[in-house]
Amino acid sequence: MASSPKLDSKIPDGPLDQKWTKYRSTVALVNPANKRSLEVIVVGSGLAGAAAAASLAELGYKVKVFCFQDSPRRAHSIAAQGGINAAKNYQNDGDSVYRLFYDTIKGGDYRAREANVHRLAEVSGNIIDQCVAQGVPFAREYGGLLSNRSFGGTQVQRTFYAAGQTGQQLLLGAYSALQRQVGMGAVKLYARHEMLDIVNIDGKCRGIIARDLVSGKLERHFGHAVLLCTGGYGNVFFLSTNAMGSNVTAAWKAHKKGAFFGNPCYTQIHPTCIPVSGDHQSKLTLMSESLRNDGRIWVPKKKEDAEAIRTGKLNPNNLKEEDRDYYLERRYPAFGNLVPRDVASRAAKERCDAGFGVNATGQAVYLDFAFNMKYKYGKIEATKKGIENPTEAQLEEFGHAVVKEKYGNLFDMYEQITGVNPYKNPMQIYPAVHYTMGGLWVDYNLMTTVPGLYALGEANFSDHGANRLGASALMQGLADGYFVIPYTIGAYLANEIRTKPIALDHEGFVKAEQDVQNQIQKLLNIKGTKSVDYFHKRLGKVMWDKCGMARNAEGLKWAIEEIRKIRDEFWKDLRVPGEANEFNPELEKAGRVADFLELGELMCKDALERNESCGGHFREEYQTEEGEAERDDANFSYVAAWEMKELGNWELHKEELKYENIKIAQRSYK
Amino acid sequence: MAGSSGKNINVTIKVWRQKNKNQKGQFETHEMKGVSTDMSFLEMFDVLNERLITEGKDPVAFDHDCREGICGMCSMYINGRPHGPKQGVTTCQLHMRSFKDGDIIVVEPWRSAAFPVIKDLAVDRSSFDRIMAAGGFVSVNTGNAKDANNILIPKDDADEAFNAAACIGCGACVAACKNASAMLFVSAKVSQLALLPQGQVEREERVLNMVKQMDAEGFGNCTNTGACEAECPKGISLENIARMNREYIHASTIANRK
Repeated sequence: MASSPKLDSKIPDGPLDQKWTKYRSTVALVNPANKRSLEVIVVGSGLAGAAAAASLAELGYKVKVFCFQDSPRRAHSIAAQGGINAAKNYQNDGDSVYRLFYDTIKGGDYRAREANVHRLAEVSGNIIDQCVAQGVPFAREYGGLLSNRSFGGTQVQRTFYAAGQTGQQLLLGAYSALQRQVGMGAVKLYARHEMLDIVNIDGKCRGIIARDLVSGKLERHFGHAVLLCTGGYGNVFFLSTNAMGSNVTAAWKAHKKGAFFGNPCYTQIHPTCIPVSGDHQSKLTLMSESLRNDGRIWVPKKKEDAEAIRTGKLNPNNLKEEDRDYYLERRYPAFGNLVPRDVASRAAKERCDAGFGVNATGQAVYLDFAFNMKYKYGKIEATKKGIENPTEAQLEEFGHAVVKEKYGNLFDMYEQITGVNPYKNPMQIYPAVHYTMGGLWVDYNLMTTVPGLYALGEANFSDHGANRLGASALMQGLADGYFVIPYTIGAYLANEIRTKPIALDHEGFVKAEQDVQNQIQKLLNIKGTKSVDYFHKRLGKVMWDKCGMARNAEGLKWAIEEIRKIRDEFWKDLRVPGEANEFNPELEKAGRVADFLELGELMCKDALERNESCGGHFREEYQTEEGEAERDDANFSYVAAWEMKELGNWELHKEELKYENIKIAQRSYK
Repeated sequence: MAGSSGKNINVTIKVWRQKNKNQKGQFETHEMKGVSTDMSFLEMFDVLNERLITEGKDPVAFDHDCREGICGMCSMYINGRPHGPKQGVTTCQLHMRSFKDGDIIVVEPWRSAAFPVIKDLAVDRSSFDRIMAAGGFVSVNTGNAKDANNILIPKDDADEAFNAAACIGCGACVAACKNASAMLFVSAKVSQLALLPQGQVEREERVLNMVKQMDAEGFGNCTNTGACEAECPKGISLENIARMNREYIHASTIANRK
């Protein structure tokens, strides 16, 4: 298979481990005087956006940052709990750049680009250095050195963390760097602004149309380049671990104006989330993967025990050890509870579908800390205290303190939401939509198929293949923002130094603003009977049932028809209260859901086209006898990049994935 | 269901309605029947808004985003307390099981001159961003850092810096304070960086600049009532304010000497 001529990935020549070093030293530069006259628009202020904006401003570019929240510090990167990977090998346990690269490619089920992933692994160490220099308070050992823990899909300890609030601390670090530039006047901040379209002029992206969410006014902004750092699209499922405002609009508007969408069907379903409790549910909450370091996942061995637990007749704490099925340890002894997310999620679904689920809905499994709390940490602490034969109560007391120190905030969060004390009872968990590996197709420079338009972080498709490993999202967002784009943007901007800012009354801006205005009026003028959430929930259910953890051709075909129907109804019967020229959260939601209703169709189409199972994409027709995902490397070792011709009509372009440094194999965690 | 208490209750909501910052506001009363106690407080507002939209009325505008207690966007003043009756949680983590059948619940926006109302319960907290821009950082450009383990930090210092850094910038401290003081917010950042070796170089300049900006934004002074600490959803300690005062006096003296 040869790659489509429309997809030039611009991967540098040379040996894998020298590509980035060489490229970085030879890519075109922009001299400091010229940087001051080049304007860069950054949309989104999460890890990728804040890091990119701060770093580019430090270099001298004129930067504008847009975010829909009231402050850049609120971007959803803030909610990442567990940690960030880096190949520092501080633990002397055999880690290296190559091993992080290898784990990431394998974890992604051999559907990521080698050169990008290797670059990611190479800069991973710099990220930790940078964050520490900013004052990010990572967890430390008593000797003052940084502490590490393990995440899924790896056998080394390379994850850096700050309790269960790693994303918060990293984002506040990037935010502080950003605010420093704001204070110096190098970055102009537009909070409570939402990008509603890109502006292309003469084949290049030259700016955006944004709506001031407080006044409702539309604004035109020019940029020599535009960076979309707008996160993922998990909210297409309505229920996800994403923030309520997380959306696909920026990426989708870019897609409609020429940016190809890569692997839209690759969705990450995270195995350990708090189960759905009722119809009122507005979002799902993750329990960090780091909990799988010490929590053991199980369901009852016997169906009658599961039934008794579901109806409240049996307390799970009283179920004997031999009657418990630690199914991950049973099926995957080499990785046990730390298998990658896609594997753990499917295994939970399999047990629940088979009738072993443990809550009233039958859609939950246990994540149990009792064993390690007592017999791992309790024992260590007892030994430290010189107690030779500790009682069970002592073990529990000592272990409790250690677990509290390690995971306290997560345990508190669990109790606030469920009203159940997880120190005394095993947590109930179930998989939920968490992350989207798919996103805008980008080349090695992180540029989309629209010249001058870039996508960074979760918004692009590039580094995680068909499944992202835990603690790798923070790494990628910061890598793109701090250490990749500051170099690669030079390749484009070096040729733009003669481009004068385009006047905002240029017809390109006028027309784009008019289109946005028309869409807003159209939404307000429907004056139907149903709320935005009504349609969003319907879409979410179709996506979860047919394009979620397990997919099949028949279901996907049905889903595409169904989504089209919901979309038609949306545009006939939606009710958006209020006006365009005021603070109007329902209007914001309506615009976002309108885009989800289009994206959903493409996700199903992509899932239907990919006749194999890989990573988070599990097609029921393609599985091994043991129920594992079965890839088809001969036919599907490519990135699917979709070009939109018109709504409902997409052309597929393929970028061949070549593995020159890794022996491609069936993934095994057994 | 996860820890389902499975109950339904009826409550009365008295909520502040205000079209925009220039118009006067007033309370509006809504009866909420059959509210599941497993619902979060914001989900109860979702249900209310859904009803208002169906009835052709204007839904209540309120800020929220992550709904897991970390982004700091939600900001309701519930029965006279920021983030409601429960200790150590944000409004989005407050669940209806904290209320009883028949309760009357009064919901207002944060009230402070430095946080003007945008609409209903949503307020403008951009003053916090400007305080951060004045000095809430270590001046280190990307790419200049040395190996992370070259900086040794005693675990206790790192932990204490982390506790201060846990601030989510929600503004509950300001809303809780009779003076609308932002000292807890500002001192959390000043403390975090004063406790770490990375923050030492700019230590004096930082506290002077941040306090100057805080005053310019119109926040009140601290009179040590401790309401901020009591209402902070992240348990940020009053000790940070003491530390900031010490930092400030120290920096002022140094500045005088210079």
